[in-house]
Amino acid sequence: MDDLYREVIIEHYKNPGYRGSLDPNDISFEDENPLCGDHIKIDLRVGGDGKVSEAAFDGHGCAISQASADLLLESIIGKDVNEIKHLTKTDVMDLLGIELGPVRLKCALLPLKILKAGVYGLGEATDDLLEEGQA
Amino acid sequence: MTAYNVEKIRKDFPILGIEVSPGVPLVYLDSTATAQKPAVVIDAMDEYYRTSNGNIHRGVHYLAERATSMYEASRAKVAAFIGADKPKEVIFTRNATESINLVAQTWGRAFLNKGDLVVLTEMEHHSNLVPWQMLAKEKDLRLEFITVTEDGELDQAVYDQWLDQGPKLVAFAHMSNVLGTINPAKAMIAKARRAGAITLVDGAQSVPHFPVSVKDLDVDFMAFSAHKMVGPTGVGALYGKEELLDKMPPYMGGGDMIRKVYLRSFTPNELPWKFEAGTFCIAEAIGFGAAVDYLNSIGMDAIANYEHQLVQSALIKMKTIPGLEIMGEKAAHRGGVVSFTLPGIHPHDVAQILDQNGIAIRAGHHCAMPLHDKFGISASSRASFYLYNTEEEINHLVVSLQKVVKMFS
Repeated sequence: MDDLYREVIIEHYKNPGYRGSLDPNDISFEDENPLCGDHIKIDLRVGGDGKVSEAAFDGHGCAISQASADLLLESIIGKDVNEIKHLTKTDVMDLLGIELGPVRLKCALLPLKILKAGVYGLGEATDDLLEEGQA
Repeated sequence: MTAYNVEKIRKDFPILGIEVSPGVPLVYLDSTATAQKPAVVIDAMDEYYRTSNGNIHRGVHYLAERATSMYEASRAKVAAFIGADKPKEVIFTRNATESINLVAQTWGRAFLNKGDLVVLTEMEHHSNLVPWQMLAKEKDLRLEFITVTEDGELDQAVYDQWLDQGPKLVAFAHMSNVLGTINPAKAMIAKARRAGAITLVDGAQSVPHFPVSVKDLDVDFMAFSAHKMVGPTGVGALYGKEELLDKMPPYMGGGDMIRKVYLRSFTPNELPWKFEAGTFCIAEAIGFGAAVDYLNSIGMDAIANYEHQLVQSALIKMKTIPGLEIMGEKAAHRGGVVSFTLPGIHPHDVAQILDQNGIAIRAGHHCAMPLHDKFGISASSRASFYLYNTEEEINHLVVSLQKVVKMFS
């Protein structure tokens, strides 16, 4: 059982570094996984150089979705917004470092979908956003 | 009566012997979603394909005759199982969901009109909500709901208020798939009848778990699925009183549901085939009959008693886990379903960690989102018990839940 609930996931779930909200912000987007009711909102502040200076997420859900959000935001601080557009499913899986079945994969990838929908300024977070580049 | 021999029963179910990973045996606590199948059911379908496969009702050859008589014998078994007077009052459908849709789309469309009141409850499975929402939108019906009390029971005073307003239909679950509450169906049906309403009972959770007689209930329609009662997926049944079924227009059009067809018109077949268009899943219908035979061989009273003991024990043991809250724990009559929450731990995490211990439970809203809204939660974990579960499995569940709590503490 320790495979899936690695120390790092439990730790990021229990003590997230990026939980909260940013007001004002430059980018804000929220959505949910209707299957399990997981809900996440992500706020970003972007500097004049086009790089993410601050990030925060809020919402509720399982350990996988919440830890994924925290790890994802940690990884994008200082990154150019255009780089975020190229993040994929693989990047999230590398961050989590676990294998997931199809049902839990949706939990793990919800934060990335929301982040990319926000960055692209889209109305909804779709599965297309989990692939490389433009949705 | 011989003593209930759960070890012997377990041997009838091949899947209960598997390991989910080396050294981790399966503990199946998700029978409310779908029950496991005994070898006699699997073999009945296998045997049918090997020796008797032919299309029913039309052919005159050996196989067609054989398949037809097996199919109709299965219907008679299902009818007897629920205490129906006549086999033709049992329509084969895909599942309880289709049975309810059939009533909504035929009886509902023909006999409900603008402004008519349909009374449902807050504890319904989506399958007994959405078909009525769809029809309500189409026909401008009024839907009202019997509320659920904190104890997880239907508020009978609220029900009485709706009855005073002359509903045309009252439709409710015999047993909640989330709370495990067994509703006082017989009394509720009698009241509905006095108020002039037609009644539909969703028997998906009751028919598999305790003796149910449509005659004793005096219900107009009852829907249930084979797969929740050790039968195959893909087949279920709608019971309906003959005089109602006779008046209803057909459901789907096609072969088998007709008597005569002309280029521009048709005359429908008689009951029950009027509602069975197209070649049905014959093997599964035969498997349904085998499932009924199997449950009868153990006895529904014996199954109900055994499950009652199991769930009482589970409730006591699960409550020893710090913070664990059981939904609808105090309901006076409850079946073998325990839905629960653990503070700060999402049900998906609970289910996933239990899975790694070989335990299969369900996590989510169990197709009852409005009920979860009512209890102010988005999801819950659900353990459910059936004739093949054991006290040892409950102990294993409790020990594993303790591990979950420890992991997140």
